[in-house]
Amino acid sequence: MAEPTNFTLPSSGGPLHSRTWDIDRSEGQLVNELIAASQTPIEVPAIEVPDDLQRNLMVTSVDALVNWSRKSALWPVSFGLACCAFEMMATAMGRFDISRFGMEVFRASPRQADLMIVAGTVTWKMAPPIQRIYEQMAEPRWVIAMGVCATSGGPYFGSYSVVPGVDHIIPVDVYVPGCPPRPDALLYGIMELHEKIKKYRNLGNGSFKP
Amino acid sequence: MTLSIVSGETLAQRLQDAVPNSVVGWDDAAVWVEPSSLGSVASVLHDDAEIDFKYLNSVSAIDFVEHFELVYHLTSIAKRQTGVVRSRVYGREEPTAASVVGVWKGADFQEREIWDLMGVRFTGHPNMKRIMLWEGFEGHPLRKDFL
Repeated sequence: MAEPTNFTLPSSGGPLHSRTWDIDRSEGQLVNELIAASQTPIEVPAIEVPDDLQRNLMVTSVDALVNWSRKSALWPVSFGLACCAFEMMATAMGRFDISRFGMEVFRASPRQADLMIVAGTVTWKMAPPIQRIYEQMAEPRWVIAMGVCATSGGPYFGSYSVVPGVDHIIPVDVYVPGCPPRPDALLYGIMELHEKIKKYRNLGNGSFKP
Repeated sequence: MTLSIVSGETLAQRLQDAVPNSVVGWDDAAVWVEPSSLGSVASVLHDDAEIDFKYLNSVSAIDFVEHFELVYHLTSIAKRQTGVVRSRVYGREEPTAASVVGVWKGADFQEREIWDLMGVRFTGHPNMKRIMLWEGFEGHPLRKDFL
């Protein structure tokens, strides 16, 4: 992703819009470049297992331990974009109680989070910040697309300003349909993500496949 | 609290004296004025002791294909009365009207929104740029001919 250049705002000389023109242009250029580069969805991240490690008991045990600890305390970054955010909040409250999964710590900083729940409609103008926040998250990191808007654009599919699915800009692990999905549905999606995390292989070639 | 309605005729009479050649027509509900004289019309209606429109409820725009129509809903809180000013703007390329930001600060974002989505420019606006879409977006989405 292209970084915006640093501009300084002249304190005088002409009306405000002429002084901020450079900033607006570069911001708009960022959006247009992102649209051009995001015409097809990113594929679901694959889990690759090296052949020689398939039946290695020792490695599997380490995986089980690491994956268990990872799945048991997924810290979500709070990313509510639209009405889905209310269902996400309801999920965090006492009745549905996301803390049963060790997930009640909604972080305000992506650097402390493992999971991004994209809750709501993603517009093209909001797309660069989402991409940046995803890139700021430390690996391993996971993404849940919550609701039909984040999944495919939903009722806004084909709109001039809405991203047709957040998988056009960041890879998505679990899709939760619904408009908005009830907290039960989000919890089910989270449990599906847990199942996915349990299957990760963490050793071999020293690499972690996201 | 009920608001009494200032008829278009009353507004037209007041404006014809204060701003010559600004009034295009009127009916019971609204007065139509020239888009280029909107600024002076606004300051007259704002400052007039009888009309006293100190509060701008909303600025909106309608695409009638052959012209755009700007609608200003105005209210006097002290006099408990309300009125409507409308203005027809012709041209599809870059229709232009006068800004009322100098009189009512609240018109700032609404005029920018009209420029963004309808493509009507306001002269005299201190920061006339897109408000919701990004710079480099082509067209104005709320126009009837936008696809």
